[in-house]
Amino acid sequence: MNTELLLDMLLAAGALTLAGLSLLARQVFTAILLYISMGLLVTIIWVRLNAWDVAIAEAAIGAGLTGALLLIAWRRLADEDALQTSQPAEFKEVDDVPET
Amino acid sequence: MFLRLEFSEGKHSRSGLSLASRWLLGGVISLLSLALMLAVISTDKATPGLAEWVSTHLDRSGVENPVTAVLLNFRSYDTLLEIAVLLIVALAILPGPNADAAPWLSVDERKPVSPLLAGLLCWLVPMALLVGGYLLWTGAYSPGGAFQAAAVIAGAGVALTVAGRHRFCWQSSAARLSLMVGLLMFMLVAAVSGLITGTTLQYPVAHAGWLILLIETLATVSIAAILLALFTQLHDMAAAPDKEGAP
Repeated sequence: MNTELLLDMLLAAGALTLAGLSLLARQVFTAILLYISMGLLVTIIWVRLNAWDVAIAEAAIGAGLTGALLLIAWRRLADEDALQTSQPAEFKEVDDVPET
Repeated sequence: MFLRLEFSEGKHSRSGLSLASRWLLGGVISLLSLALMLAVISTDKATPGLAEWVSTHLDRSGVENPVTAVLLNFRSYDTLLEIAVLLIVALAILPGPNADAAPWLSVDERKPVSPLLAGLLCWLVPMALLVGGYLLWTGAYSPGGAFQAAAVIAGAGVALTVAGRHRFCWQSSAARLSLMVGLLMFMLVAAVSGLITGTTLQYPVAHAGWLILLIETLATVSIAAILLALFTQLHDMAAAPDKEGAP
């Protein structure tokens, strides 16, 4: 019982930590990798909650395909960056939202 | 990677907000999240919810997995709209239809691919298709279903695309049909069931099982096609600057 509680606490803390790191990471690539890692931890959490349907969906869509989409989008941003400057992709270079 | 982990304040936030307003926004969002968490915690646990209702009516749903029963029968309206949303996303990013476009899947044999990678794909892609089919079939009585199956199948397509020889093109009629067929069949079943039973999406109990399987199978095709289309579109865009850069 206590080991299970400890495991759950570790999972919850790990998921929250990875989520925070993913939000705060300065490099886009690092943020994506942290996000995928968080998805895998969340998958284990769903399994612990006995929600196997959601666990499979989270692993396949949340961590897998979303990760692939983010990585390919990151590559495109990096390519565009390389055309403009010779700097690696960073947030400041890419999310150029026009201000009102 | 983790050794180079860098954090910076304000470097990637060029929203024009001052530090104070960002803290204010963060505070408001945190308070809102806290209120939501408290609402979840304070919700009376004794409320039985609908789980019992679902398990007593499971024999009328046509499937044995309560999750599939809810998603594809009791609340199939939700799933119908989800598939419609996915189709809208695909339509938003894809170029218009073109009858003379490249075929759905073209193979460039001349492209050099590592023999190790080619050998791996020979095993991986059929395996992924098999697992996808299994997840679809098993959704009737244990965890699984159209979305999970579609994600695995789309993963096989992603692996093929990244390897380099295969190229998916979504402008031909067959490819367009694969994107739409799930929603079309769902709406057809909704209309016909509405005519027969008087309520839209209320399947006749005797036929519910194979109707759900039919919808799920075609939905798997469509969802896999849409997810793969999202990826290949970004992949082609990412490859494009290289071609422009080369003289």
